[in-house]
Amino acid sequence: MTEKAVSEMSFEEAMRELEQVVGQLERGDVPLEDSIALYTRGAELKKRCETKLKEAEEKVAAITLDAEGQPTGLKPVEGL
Amino acid sequence: MSDLIDDDASGVNAPEFTVTELSGAVKRLIEGEFSHVRIRGEVGRVSMPRSGHMYLDLKDDRSVISGVIWKGVAGRLATLPEEGMEVIATGRLTTFPGQSKYQIVIEDIKPAGAGALMAMLEKRKAALAAEGLFDATRKQELPYLPEVIGVVTSPSGAVIRDILHRLRDRFPRKVLIWPVAVQGTACAAEVANAIRGFNAMTTGGAMPRPDLIIVARGGGSIEDLWGFNEEVVVRAAAESEIPLISAVGHETDTTLIDYAADMRAPTPTAAAELAVPVRMELLGWLETQSARLTRALTQGVGQRGQRLRDLSRALPRADALLDGPRQRLDGWGERLPQALTRSVQLRRVRLSDTSGALRPAMLRRGLEADKRRLSATAPRLPTGLQRVVDARREALGRRADRLSIAPLKADLKRKSDDLLRLSLRLSDAGGRQIDNWSKQIEALERLRETLGYKATLQRGYAVVRGDGDVVTSKKSAAQAASLEIEFADGRLTLGGKPPRKKPKDTPEQGSLL
Repeated sequence: MTEKAVSEMSFEEAMRELEQVVGQLERGDVPLEDSIALYTRGAELKKRCETKLKEAEEKVAAITLDAEGQPTGLKPVEGL
Repeated sequence: MSDLIDDDASGVNAPEFTVTELSGAVKRLIEGEFSHVRIRGEVGRVSMPRSGHMYLDLKDDRSVISGVIWKGVAGRLATLPEEGMEVIATGRLTTFPGQSKYQIVIEDIKPAGAGALMAMLEKRKAALAAEGLFDATRKQELPYLPEVIGVVTSPSGAVIRDILHRLRDRFPRKVLIWPVAVQGTACAAEVANAIRGFNAMTTGGAMPRPDLIIVARGGGSIEDLWGFNEEVVVRAAAESEIPLISAVGHETDTTLIDYAADMRAPTPTAAAELAVPVRMELLGWLETQSARLTRALTQGVGQRGQRLRDLSRALPRADALLDGPRQRLDGWGERLPQALTRSVQLRRVRLSDTSGALRPAMLRRGLEADKRRLSATAPRLPTGLQRVVDARREALGRRADRLSIAPLKADLKRKSDDLLRLSLRLSDAGGRQIDNWSKQIEALERLRETLGYKATLQRGYAVVRGDGDVVTSKKSAAQAASLEIEFADGRLTLGGKPPRKKPKDTPEQGSLL
């Protein structure tokens, strides 16, 4: 299985692996011990996906620029 | 101005100008005559210093006119003139008295028809494509779910609103807006700067680095969109390490940034759709996955349980498994004693068969035969031995006979004779040698006698000695105390006693006294 810790995965990585895990488990050709490990992994991945899906907060900011066109800071944008 | 008295050039009455007067006159003339002209030509060298003013040449196949576009005008232009572009410029002529030059101050400049602009665009596109900036291999994959989206566009207007709305519907995200002018002279430089600026941000820096960039602008004329055809924008988009979606103009408008972008969206709204997945769909998907996961495990365990039960049913009873072997054991157990008895009997028969031939009489017969052979041979033993000794003795005798004294004696005699002969020869030879030597000696003696003074004495000479020494002169004879004359038959002493009779020490003492 992938070395990367689930907590460091992007949504997409967690999603891909979750699909893989489900597929593997559904094929039913893994030994019982492994299938339990797979299930545990799958649950972790699902949790990660959930977390990433919950992080659906909109935050819009505009960059402020100096005379040279270099960014100097952020200013929140509202009402768009 | 004119001084008739000092005018020494006779016949010339034309007025005399100063340089400034003449330059001023020319300036007035030109600016009056060409205060508003339209001129068609090809753009030559273009330069745009930091001042913001733009300097360029307009030329045809024979002539060149310098031109200037002041900063304020340049900012308003829909299309910035570029080298090689066929244009129509409107403006007024002015002169530079300080440099004896004139130029056109351009108030408006446009491509000479859409054809000229498109021709130019095609040329640039071909050049950039040849560089590989549009290659499919350069395209990056868009992130599935970007955390931060950078949007390069005008901060006010429908475009950013469309994008934000669509993002909100699908999957609310963090959005950074980099405000830029989306048309006019500043547009290209600002857009390029924004793309580079987003790329220069560091993940986890003061400003979160976007993992996706959208460059967006609403629809407009080709001139309005021209900034997105500029080389600097195309290069910035091609070089962007952050995946980039271009959404410039409407679906039918295509600008060069679309070719360099990793993905082209027909509209800003479409860009938002390409940028993020739909959250609700993902939640649904996740639920499905979760259900499948649980079901798969449950099913897996359930199936295994069923299989276990099935197998255990199919498994025969332990007793039944043992029945067969147990019966076999019984059978063999019964046959074992019989087999043993039979085996012993068989061996006994073989033993008696073998031992039947083994009787004492047979052994005795063997012994007697051997004894007879021994007694027959024994008497022959001494005679045989005697024979061998006799034979050896005879051989010895034969050899001793051949060992006789006579040959030895003969040999001894022969050797004695040889010795005698040799001795005789030796003594003969010795005698002869001695005779020879005697004769030689006699001869030598005779010679000596002949050569010696004694023989001379015989012939009447005498030897005179004075005081024992031979005297050869009268002077020494006179000095001698005594003289001795030797003749052949003896010596005669004259004068004193012969010196030899003097006692040995006397003369010495005498001489001393």
